[in-house]
Amino acid sequence: MIARYPILLACLWSAAALELRPVLHAQQDPTPVVIASKPFAESYLLAETFAQLLEDRGFRVDRRMGLGATEIALQALVRGDIDVYPEYTGTGLAAAGDPELRGDPAEVFARVSDTFLARWGARWLPPLGFENDYAIAMRRGHADSLGVTTLTGLARAAPDLTGGFSPDFMGRSDGLTGLAAAYDIRLRETRSLLQAVKYQALAEGAVDVIDAYSTDGAIARYDLTVLADDRGFFPPYDAAPLVSGDFYATRPRAVLALASLAGRMSVELVRRANEQIEVGGRPVPDVAAELLGAIGLDAEAPEWADQTRPSQAVDPADSAASGAAAALPDPAGPTAPARPRPSTTDDRTESTLAALPRHLWANRIELARQVSRHLLLVLASLTAAILVALPAGVALERRRALAGTAIRVAGLLQTIPGIALLAFMIPLFGIGVAPAIVALFLYSLLPILRNTYTGIIEAAPEAVAAGRALGMTEGQLLRRIRLPLAAPVIMAGIRTAAVINVGTATLAAFIGAGGLGDPIVAGLSLSDRVMILSGAVPAAVLALLVDWGLGGAERVVAPKGVAEGRR
Amino acid sequence: MALIEIEGAVKRFGATVALDGASLRVEAGECLALVGGSGSGKTTLLRTINRLTELDRGTVLVRGEPVGALDPVGLRRSIGYVQQDGGLIPHWTCLANASLVPALLARADARDRGRRALGDAGLDADVFGARYPRELSGGQRQRVAIARAMAARPDILLMDEPFGALDAITRTDAQRAFVELRESAGTTAVFVTHDVAEALRVATHVAVMQSGRIVLHAPAAGLVASATGYAAELLEKSGVTNGGRTA
Repeated sequence: MIARYPILLACLWSAAALELRPVLHAQQDPTPVVIASKPFAESYLLAETFAQLLEDRGFRVDRRMGLGATEIALQALVRGDIDVYPEYTGTGLAAAGDPELRGDPAEVFARVSDTFLARWGARWLPPLGFENDYAIAMRRGHADSLGVTTLTGLARAAPDLTGGFSPDFMGRSDGLTGLAAAYDIRLRETRSLLQAVKYQALAEGAVDVIDAYSTDGAIARYDLTVLADDRGFFPPYDAAPLVSGDFYATRPRAVLALASLAGRMSVELVRRANEQIEVGGRPVPDVAAELLGAIGLDAEAPEWADQTRPSQAVDPADSAASGAAAALPDPAGPTAPARPRPSTTDDRTESTLAALPRHLWANRIELARQVSRHLLLVLASLTAAILVALPAGVALERRRALAGTAIRVAGLLQTIPGIALLAFMIPLFGIGVAPAIVALFLYSLLPILRNTYTGIIEAAPEAVAAGRALGMTEGQLLRRIRLPLAAPVIMAGIRTAAVINVGTATLAAFIGAGGLGDPIVAGLSLSDRVMILSGAVPAAVLALLVDWGLGGAERVVAPKGVAEGRR
Repeated sequence: MALIEIEGAVKRFGATVALDGASLRVEAGECLALVGGSGSGKTTLLRTINRLTELDRGTVLVRGEPVGALDPVGLRRSIGYVQQDGGLIPHWTCLANASLVPALLARADARDRGRRALGDAGLDADVFGARYPRELSGGQRQRVAIARAMAARPDILLMDEPFGALDAITRTDAQRAFVELRESAGTTAVFVTHDVAEALRVATHVAVMQSGRIVLHAPAAGLVASATGYAAELLEKSGVTNGGRTA
């Protein structure tokens, strides 16, 4: 194992050497280690494993789970907003724009390590011991009837097939684009599907081909055929902790702790752990704790991993270890709560609806935290937008030639998709609350600016003319005639912006800003409907409350004596 | 000394010449009607008096002072103004509207002056004071507008088509009420109208405008006799004279 990764030796050695230096004791170190994950189950699991390991060693940990996608997580790491997240070597190579994606695992690890160090100062810690490769999967019966077993075979059948791929996969050079070019696969149609619905869409026949991960428990559960990569298109995807250069240099004890995970996780072990989450529906922290136990770094090993518990590094290629794990009981069996296998139809709906109130109550403290974070995002961005757009809308009344341009620019901002606007903010403001507030602020400008301008322009122009002729100053005209008459229109713009913000703020979870998007993103990643709804339903309720409240405010500010006004 | 003196007023809006050397004197106590066709420059000339329009060339003297040297806000507060659509502030009561100028002048008795002005304009302040403009008829609204213009007792009143939007019967009533009000207050008034008959009914003097100039300025009583050329034509078209010359 270690021989496979010469660089691993070097890493361990340097980490051990650093350890000998006099450093602050972990318990006295006030700076938390910021650990992030990407939005899919295994990434959550690995990040949580890192977090618990470090907490066991006395470090404080700040979790930023479910960051948008590779680009967002990587940018955050490069900027130093996060210290570590689990990444895969092949993905890293593609993200670095390496044109030569193929190679054996050790070669790829060495190349990606060199590239990241040279380009960003970031460090790949020793691989965890398993690969999570891309797998292209079809329904077994369908693949058999078409006689498709390889990707070359898929290329032949492709013109009659519909593909459903995760957005991340569709957009990457090591994903669909490169794959289609390498095998000349031309599907009849491709759809972008989130993890949460991909398998079900395939099982129901809505799509015929999907991307999956080799560690994915769902492959067996849905009885799928994984097509062989007969031309070796996909690079190896060794999982490893990726840390920032700064973290590597200044937190040697933490680096050493993470490096101690090297080679300890077999592909079968991780697949079992993933199944505990995805099929068993068990909380990620519980499974992560058990995974640490299974690899001998914490407490007791769980039953589900009993026989895979290695006393030392497990080589993923070791067929004996894999065989042992494969002989384990189904996670939906004795250890997991008895749950029916998800069928192709929506037989979980009823239990989902019943489970939601219980889930919300059980997590009420967390919910309150998410709601208050959500409100912070909305209120801060809305306040800033009011402070900018309202005076701007008023000022534009005197520069009407500029007004069209200004409103078009604000309109253009609104046409940028939410997740893209959030991603644009990262190079400027990093991840977390600040970039989310800036993005939401930009979204709020148009409705407020447009309504303020329109309201001011249309506020009884004849009364304004008469007031001016009788000696009212411009300030008096604004304060006493225009603003009171425009108030309901301006308030309607604020209301529109607020409702849009409550919805868009759920996307802010992708850049680590928290709020009610957190359970939505986590639920989508973990295929957990109750968790999705535990964010989506409160967000919808919040939007309705904001709409209702500001609708009331609109009536309150409506001036008396005007046709639209109510007494 | 004339209360208002305009000398060689020139004003262009882009390529359009609105005033082309118009000159005019209005003595204290007069009521001058500016008549003429559309685009003859009547309203523009009226608006130069309280600096709503700034001249390109020429001078306007009000009470002997060039208006260009006066603060426009103070000047406007000292001159009453009524426009065709009334221009009442829709979310203010009629009393608040009528009290506007005294309030702008920070008069302690602003509301009393507003009440009195409403009464002078023929509206019972107890009945109409608390109402909003949209609860009034067109004629009542125009009376409030006149009350608002007169409430601070200005020595000069400017009106732009003040009765233009009213129906015939209401208009006659409003004209009569205005004549009484102005005479009892002794206010000097300049008003724009396209209706020569109205000018003759309401004004003491009439000035006829054509292409940005004053082509005739005469006492209302002697207008028909002194009219020649365009002015005579205008009088004939508006039915004030019956075209006897050509019959």
